[in-house]
Amino acid sequence: MTTRTIAVVSAGLSQPSSTRMLADKLADATIAKLAAQDIQTTVETFELRDVATDIMNHLLTGFPSPKLEAVIDAVTGADGLIAVTPIFTTSYSGLFKSFFDVVGSDTLVDLPVVIGATAGTPRHSLALDYALRPMFTYLHAVVAPTGVFAATGDWGDSPDSVKTLPNRIDRAAGELATLVAASDRSSTVRDPFALERPFGHLIGGLAGE
Amino acid sequence: MQFGIFTVSDITQDPTTGRTPTEHERITATLTIAKHAEEVGLDVFALGEHHNPPFWSSSPTTTLAYLAAQTTTLQLSTATTLITTNDPVKIAEDFAMLQHVADGRVDLMLGRGNTGPVYPWFGKDIRQGINLALENYNLLHRLWREDFVDWEGQFRTPLQGFQSTPRPLDDVPPFVWHGSIRSPEIAEQAAYYGDGFFANHIFWPASHTERMIALYRQRFEHYGHGTAAQAIVGLGGQVFMRKNSQDAVREFRPYFDNAPVYGHGPSLEDFTSQTPLTVGSPQEVIDKTLGFRDYVGDYQRQLFLMDHAGLPLKTVLEQLDLLGEEVVPVLRREFAKDRPAAVPDAPTHASLLVARNAAKTGGETQQGAAFGAAAVKGA
Repeated sequence: MTTRTIAVVSAGLSQPSSTRMLADKLADATIAKLAAQDIQTTVETFELRDVATDIMNHLLTGFPSPKLEAVIDAVTGADGLIAVTPIFTTSYSGLFKSFFDVVGSDTLVDLPVVIGATAGTPRHSLALDYALRPMFTYLHAVVAPTGVFAATGDWGDSPDSVKTLPNRIDRAAGELATLVAASDRSSTVRDPFALERPFGHLIGGLAGE
Repeated sequence: MQFGIFTVSDITQDPTTGRTPTEHERITATLTIAKHAEEVGLDVFALGEHHNPPFWSSSPTTTLAYLAAQTTTLQLSTATTLITTNDPVKIAEDFAMLQHVADGRVDLMLGRGNTGPVYPWFGKDIRQGINLALENYNLLHRLWREDFVDWEGQFRTPLQGFQSTPRPLDDVPPFVWHGSIRSPEIAEQAAYYGDGFFANHIFWPASHTERMIALYRQRFEHYGHGTAAQAIVGLGGQVFMRKNSQDAVREFRPYFDNAPVYGHGPSLEDFTSQTPLTVGSPQEVIDKTLGFRDYVGDYQRQLFLMDHAGLPLKTVLEQLDLLGEEVVPVLRREFAKDRPAAVPDAPTHASLLVARNAAKTGGETQQGAAFGAAAVKGA
């Protein structure tokens, strides 16, 4: 059976958090889509709150603690990423952004990503497309066309009754599953010490390589 | 094996008194520290280069030339000399001149610098950092080895029949170390030329340093300069000591907590467990430093950062006393144990001169002779 690995990053702060709930629903839906293609999926879920201090320390010192390094390695080595943040003050939370500030600017290249966000009202939903999407595009990740926004009302008595939250999750999960099925990231050995070009080329053919 | 200190020349407020030394006080304090390094039996003093406050060391060869006149055995080096933004012609001239006044007690460590604005101040593009380091060093290497240089490159005006003066002392260029924390290109560059590689691993976990050094050693052998075990490796370290471990922690904590580089971030305890920083008794410093060999192999140069973060001069001099009296003699003895005879010492002017003369007379052409018989223990 084919296997794939998905990383889930949730920047929710409360316990329980609607951000984590959305992340879990996206993960479950993606697993189901992949299972339908005979692909077995391993999911690793990370609450950024658990490494919040480590993220700030990395910003200050320039290197990750072993605990944060394990999270970064799992995220950057996955076949797909589900990234969900609460919307604070019209954008992703500072914790969410700080995590992606320290993962390394070239580590998410070609990584399939589905973006999700939560907030009190649907009026913040465009933050997915003016904040999260450009950030992942800058990092050269492949962002699924559908982002999923869940307002407080989606969990209760005022959901969107035409394009329901389960509909939106299903659509995003399908897009991510297609990208993840084609990914070989988790089975690729990445050598951070490899040169992009032979050294001889770097210094103008001197080494004759 | 060489032991010494390196300084970044920061002018930092003492967090325990609120007092910031003047530039002049800090400069003269650093000169005192360097001279004391020789007095306590250390081998090397290396000075950083910066072009902005709160640092003072913009002109390292001027400072090192003064120290050359004030010392007799101390090896004078840099940590680092900016190969990206300095003109390689001026580096060639300055360090050859320094060799002459210091009777050869000179080497240098090249680095790209970690202060972004320095690039535009000197008319360079930081995105070209690696390419600047590669092209500039290639020119520098030639200027010291060829009497007349025709040269054309991407980053500086061409040269036709240019002769850099003075010529290196005895026509032996100063030994060069390449310092880098995370760029494999620089490890490759050091290996290509058979130069030394210095890992300032004081802000970085050991596992990373281990891989960078392994890469350098492997490529050093690939380029035919000797075996991987014969590559020339230097490491940074950072310590604060008192006889009693608890006293060291209590005294150093306010300096750690407010230090410009890592202050207000991880705890002292986390940082000491994740990096080579040691705060404790001389024995703890000895134990941790000896452990470096476990992951980089037998190496040639160990430098300690001793004088940053606003530590007062008196404290730094006491630290050097402890380093010279209680730590380094034990490290010398212990590092010498089980060290293979084929592992060379760090090249010096004397050993490079011997190697050059041997090469001239036709001997010593086989692999592994790059640094001369004098540099090989027991040979």
